[in-house]
Amino acid sequence: MSVIESCNVLWPLLVTLLAPFGILLAGSRQNVREGVSLAAGALTAALVLSFAPAVLGGHIYRYELFHILPGVTVAFAVDGLGFIFAFIAPFLWVFATSYNIGYMRSLKEHAQTRYYFCFAIAIFGAVGVALAANVFTLYLFYEIISVFTYPLVAHHQDEEGFYGAKKYLVYLMGTSKLFLLPAMVMTYVLAGTLEFPLGDIQNGIFSADVIAAHPNLVRLTYVLFIAGLAKAALMPFHNWLPSAMVAPTPVSALLHAVAVVKAGVFSVSRIILSGFGTETMTSLGLSLPTAYLAAFTIVVASLIALTKDDIKARLAYSTVSQLSYVVIGVALAAPAAVQGGLLHIGHHAFSKITLFFGAGAIYVASHLKSIKMMNGLGRKMPWTFGAFGLASLSMIGMPPVCGFVSKWYLVNGAVDQGQMVLLIALLCSTLLNAGYFVPIFYRAFFLPPDPGSRVEEVREAPLTMVVPLVFTSFVSVALGLYPELFHAFIKAFGHF
Amino acid sequence: MDQTSFTYPVLSALTFWPLLAALLLAPVKSEINVRRLTLAASLVEVLLAAPLVAFESRAGYQFLEMVPWAPAWKLTYAMGVDGISILMVWLSILTLPLCVLCSWTYIGRRVKEFHVCLLIMTTACVGVFSALDLVLFYVFWEALLIPMYLMIAIWGGDQRRYASVKFFLYTLFGSTLLLVAIVALRVAGGTFLIPELSGMTFPFKFQYWIFLAFFLAFAIKVPMFPFHTWLPAAHVQAPSAGSVILAAVLLKMGTYGFLRFSLPLAPEASAHFAPMMIAVSVASILYGGAVALGQNDIKKLIAYSSVAHMGFVTLGIFLFSPEGVSGAIFQMLNHGIITGAMFMLIGAVYERSHSREIVKNLGLGKYLPHFMFFWGLFGLASFGFPGTNGFVGEFMVILAAFNESVKLGLLVIPGALLAAAYILKVTLKMAWGQPASPEGKNWRDLKKKEWAYLAAPAALVVYLGLAPTGLLALIGPSVDGTIAMVKNEAPRSRVVAATSLSGRPTGLIVEEDLTAGTPGLPVPAPAAGRLVQAPAGGQAAGDAGPAPTDGQAGTAVETGAAPTDGPTGTEVE
Repeated sequence: MSVIESCNVLWPLLVTLLAPFGILLAGSRQNVREGVSLAAGALTAALVLSFAPAVLGGHIYRYELFHILPGVTVAFAVDGLGFIFAFIAPFLWVFATSYNIGYMRSLKEHAQTRYYFCFAIAIFGAVGVALAANVFTLYLFYEIISVFTYPLVAHHQDEEGFYGAKKYLVYLMGTSKLFLLPAMVMTYVLAGTLEFPLGDIQNGIFSADVIAAHPNLVRLTYVLFIAGLAKAALMPFHNWLPSAMVAPTPVSALLHAVAVVKAGVFSVSRIILSGFGTETMTSLGLSLPTAYLAAFTIVVASLIALTKDDIKARLAYSTVSQLSYVVIGVALAAPAAVQGGLLHIGHHAFSKITLFFGAGAIYVASHLKSIKMMNGLGRKMPWTFGAFGLASLSMIGMPPVCGFVSKWYLVNGAVDQGQMVLLIALLCSTLLNAGYFVPIFYRAFFLPPDPGSRVEEVREAPLTMVVPLVFTSFVSVALGLYPELFHAFIKAFGHF
Repeated sequence: MDQTSFTYPVLSALTFWPLLAALLLAPVKSEINVRRLTLAASLVEVLLAAPLVAFESRAGYQFLEMVPWAPAWKLTYAMGVDGISILMVWLSILTLPLCVLCSWTYIGRRVKEFHVCLLIMTTACVGVFSALDLVLFYVFWEALLIPMYLMIAIWGGDQRRYASVKFFLYTLFGSTLLLVAIVALRVAGGTFLIPELSGMTFPFKFQYWIFLAFFLAFAIKVPMFPFHTWLPAAHVQAPSAGSVILAAVLLKMGTYGFLRFSLPLAPEASAHFAPMMIAVSVASILYGGAVALGQNDIKKLIAYSSVAHMGFVTLGIFLFSPEGVSGAIFQMLNHGIITGAMFMLIGAVYERSHSREIVKNLGLGKYLPHFMFFWGLFGLASFGFPGTNGFVGEFMVILAAFNESVKLGLLVIPGALLAAAYILKVTLKMAWGQPASPEGKNWRDLKKKEWAYLAAPAALVVYLGLAPTGLLALIGPSVDGTIAMVKNEAPRSRVVAATSLSGRPTGLIVEEDLTAGTPGLPVPAPAAGRLVQAPAGGQAAGDAGPAPTDGQAGTAVETGAAPTDGPTGTEVE
């Protein structure tokens, strides 16, 4: 384990920062504009990938860019945890852009330059969150994501769009100002620094003396953090996510299944593991309440998902539920559980983006949103629904798709900790997931089309949409078969 | 301060050059030449300020100028700046060219008179922040009142009469009390020189009344809730440039007054009244934010946001901690930059749509994307978005509040939330509001001149947001000196300054053992200024009375004459 000062860590950020301006310059020249997004995504993913050998070798690249106050800096570092998220976001951006091309052009959406611009900045924010080496940097990029995804959610600029976007902003900005800001200030007041102790997940920012002297203030800080990171959609601050579904589907796919919500659970993981540390979590009794809250969110969100007929709403609640898998794992602080939770950041990303891509492809091909109307659609869109089915299996947690692997670790962790209630919650969730995903698949392939529906005329969506979603579903399977792809980085991060 | 290293008295030049320029404007006839000349004069002013870059990061006054003025009355023409005032001087100077530019098309009548007002105001602003003699200070303080009054009353909006009279009465009332305090200080202290007075210890009762007189004068100027009602009226009616000067410079005079006078001259009373000041500050933050949220007039909204922002400043000052006071001073600068720029933007909007109502400016973002970019940037800075200068100041003050007590900190946080709420509300409505109605409005994007006056503050917002350390280091020693005075530790820096001025050490400083403070939470930053509470009623200090210091004020400055009386700097008699 060694920390290496290296400005290399800035390159992915620089590329994702310049990309939006390239998009602005390209303006309405569509192919150039989307070309910039594709190239920037690929380049960023490649740059992040170039850190892999060092990260696996136990090294951490770190670089301090701005010194603002003593102990408050803008600094970046890439460790195993950060690597996974910093890689996933731009990597999936490439596929989301390809998908965007099909979606936005097919539906002839307006203000596409603004759309791609904000999309790119959101990725910049996600990469920044992933590489943040301290709480301040994390907060900075977390806020950048909040502000610049607003135009994406409000994209349609109709009443529904503005309402959803307002709710989105009120939830995210409100919680971050009301809870996250004081949490950060209190961390600084208590610990005198905001730097994450890199490479150590046992002890966080707070020294043993501080914890002994002010245990309740540390607890309060923790509660403020968890409440402030509303992007993780832990109940009761989950409601923005279904509201954000008014956005165009690629936004829901990349941002509200991957970048934004993953920035939320990533931040929660970062704060729990690097900010507080597993030992502090247990010694202050923070571990179990968080895990129970997450378990509650998992079950309740799944129950709500059962009641939703709109496919995007159902996926949204499924996301709320699945995000808490990450939280439950990290909060339990047992090695197996932590690994399961962190694996799920990556695994859920690939599977859920497939599902949203599928929902969008269905909408573009058939203009259908209601699940009840999708009878027989699968035979018209076999690739889309096939991929959708694979991704559903991942949500349910069936082998060999990747969702199984993370759930396996989570269940092991719950058993290790002797938490039968949590175990039951996880198993319940499996059943509930099956309850709301299997019917979609069943209707699409096994029920005949309703008389009078337009299903007969439906054809697959454009190739730029179908190829990405099929690819991401294959990745989901590949990750199920070779979980080491992400697991190696998690082991490097936590020394498991 | 070694005066000889400068070829000209910088501060006097900065103060009186605009006045001279105003005289030079007299024979100019054409409007465009008036504008050009004023712009040129303002740029000369900026050039004249160049030597100020050499300001060193240390306690005490620099760029000192001392000339006997009326020796019989012990009046001195004394100018000088320390880490606190230098920022305000810079702010005053840099505001001038921006004001000229943003009035270029905004002001269409009585152009020459307008620019004369502008120049006189700059003279007064620079003078206020560099004067080290109470009478001199008061002269500049009052000198600002008339041109500002005229600016609102002549070039203002429809209700300019009401607004200007209200402004005048409020501030005049404050000034009167200020005069009373100045005379009382002369009687008790025997001098008008601020550095000398700062080194004295007055009886608590005297401090008590002095503090109250100062408080009213400055609280009206800041303005603190509930003395703020003149501000929205004045802001809404004033022309753009007037609002800019009002926001960027005038309001700072109040908080500057607290720092320069209330704390050093009435330290025990300051400590005594600190809980009240903190309460009023928090009320300002919450009230200003809540009322701003309800406004339909963009300018009024920003005016109320000023009340909230300045609440952060006074809160920081009266927490008496290094982070708090530094944060407050930084926030003063930030507010000047950000709110000044926002008023210029509002002026730009007004020139286009002839209305400041939010509903009349819905959805202009589509037509003025560059305008929206600047508005968005300053808006983010205004509500303390990380990475902007607004964040740094707000963070430091909130940090100080949490250091004081967690409860106080949590009480302030809703203020930060409100700031985000009202800024986002107005920004989103202007950017995407429906229905956008461009008909009949000259909605064209920013012109070159507008770029020119917006780019500079925009650059500062980002620069100070990411690299504030240099600036904070500049103000650090002065901040520590001010805090030390309130903490009743010997005002080391000021004693040095005072003695170097008068040529002999100033009076007695009686001190009690004051170690019985609550350490509270551990202070993270370098632990300057421990959390020590001042005595409840400083009777002991009162016994000693004000020291007779009839030093030869007005004699030449003796550099290096500062006595080195022990590193502790505490004189216990």
